Amino acid sequence: MIQARVAAFGLDVEFQAGSGITALFGPAGAGKTLTLDAIAGLLAPRSGRIILDDEILFDGASRVNLPPRRRHCGYISRHWALFPHMSLRDNLLFPVTHLARLERRRRVKEMLERFSLQDAAPRRPRAVSPVERLRCVYARALIGEPKLLLIDEPSSGLDIALRAEWHTILRRVREETGLPVLMATRDLETCYELAGNMLLLDAGRVLQSGPPRKVLDQPASVEAARLLGIRNLFLAEIVALDPGRNTSRLRLEAFELAGPYFPGRLLGDRVWLCVQPGELRVGPYDGSKPQSNQVAARLERAVEMPRSVRLEFAGAIVADIARPDFEPRKDNKEWLVEFPPQALRVL
Amino acid sequence: MSLDPLWLTLRYAGLSTLFCIPPGMLLAYVLARREFPGRDILDATASLPLALPPAVLVYYLLSALRRWPLAFSWRRALALSTIYTLPLLMRMSRAALAAVDHSFEDAARGLGASEWRVFWRITTPLAWRGLLAAILAGLARAMADFGITAILVIRYRDAAPDTAETIALLLLIGAAVLAALYAGNRLQRGRAPA
Repeated sequence: MIQARVAAFGLDVEFQAGSGITALFGPAGAGKTLTLDAIAGLLAPRSGRIILDDEILFDGASRVNLPPRRRHCGYISRHWALFPHMSLRDNLLFPVTHLARLERRRRVKEMLERFSLQDAAPRRPRAVSPVERLRCVYARALIGEPKLLLIDEPSSGLDIALRAEWHTILRRVREETGLPVLMATRDLETCYELAGNMLLLDAGRVLQSGPPRKVLDQPASVEAARLLGIRNLFLAEIVALDPGRNTSRLRLEAFELAGPYFPGRLLGDRVWLCVQPGELRVGPYDGSKPQSNQVAARLERAVEMPRSVRLEFAGAIVADIARPDFEPRKDNKEWLVEFPPQALRVL
Repeated sequence: MSLDPLWLTLRYAGLSTLFCIPPGMLLAYVLARREFPGRDILDATASLPLALPPAVLVYYLLSALRRWPLAFSWRRALALSTIYTLPLLMRMSRAALAAVDHSFEDAARGLGASEWRVFWRITTPLAWRGLLAAILAGLARAMADFGITAILVIRYRDAAPDTAETIALLLLIGAAVLAALYAGNRLQRGRAPA
């Protein structure tokens, strides 16, 4: 388990992380790398406390600041930093030179087998494939049996094959070692796929934390929703609330919507309404009067996405629909957008 | 023609360069990698001999040692040559060390290496071309300084110096200096991308 309370250079984060993968998610400049560097001991925060298991790594008040080599963190920086002047085998030997010779050789052999690096072992990093380099980075970080693995995902995207390999390795690390992993990433899919827990970081603060599915479904604030790339955020006023029939009415700028009862909200509250683009229903508009929760909207742009088409309407409404549903109507300009009541969330 | 002055030059320039290496490297490392108060002053002081004319430097040093008027001694010449070569070697080594990507050193620290080990196993091997080039430049500097002065002094102590032979010796020294500088440049240009 790791607890960190760090204040440095305007970074102020406080969290606990257990076993499994915890994702530090945030935009560039949010302080993800700074947080990892502070835990690894590469920089000293101005104040705060970092505890790994029961060991204090850093404590501003009592001036404890363990050097990186005594922190037992495996740190995979975004540069990977495989030593270019050593073979892969020597890279693996580097962290374990203090061990007895037999143990050293056993561990290196085991790691080479586990990461299928036997053939590449005598070669230098420059002479092997990126996938082998990636495996070696992980093998080197794990060979010293760290208590915590810190990962800084390279920000300038990995190519698809490398990313798949990366996810495979992480999944194996999670299943085989049960090691706590703290991973900085800017990729929401990675969080969703791998992390059991995520911390939403922005401008040096933790905005929200929890399992990725929950964070994505229930952003705690507008800032959190914007960071998560959630579209369809509308300012609304609650004009009716009925807990008995589980209904409510929301007044937006140009129209009103019927929604479910929102616990903890009061009549007259100004709230942010949020709808996932995939949950809106859209169809062509035939000129008749829109029914309840339907809004006529003009299509401004249709953007091709890998698995769907994203329709952007006037009034900042965004809807995702399947490509086959869009193809026959792609010249249609006037659309009818339906907001299903159960899809409405308020922040 | 006697080549003795040439061997003498090589020997003394080599020795003074050797003497320069430990303090030069230490200073270079400290200045390239450590933050501490007074760093810029240390930097300027260590580079001072590079900026002062040699004559002024000699005058200062001999005055400080109370060895005035000038009396030639090989030991003193060696000390002077060392001091004079140090800043060049230091500055070039510092540039070479500073060019090493921090992330390799940080990775090594994270993997449990002490600062000593990081220096010997990571920083030095990654900077070796630049460091060797610095040593060669230092050698060239020492050869030029020491050699030319020594030859002229030795020659003109004789009543009737052989001008042609003196010029030949000076040319040989010049060629040796050129060779050292050329080798250093080639080394640095051969640096592979990290």
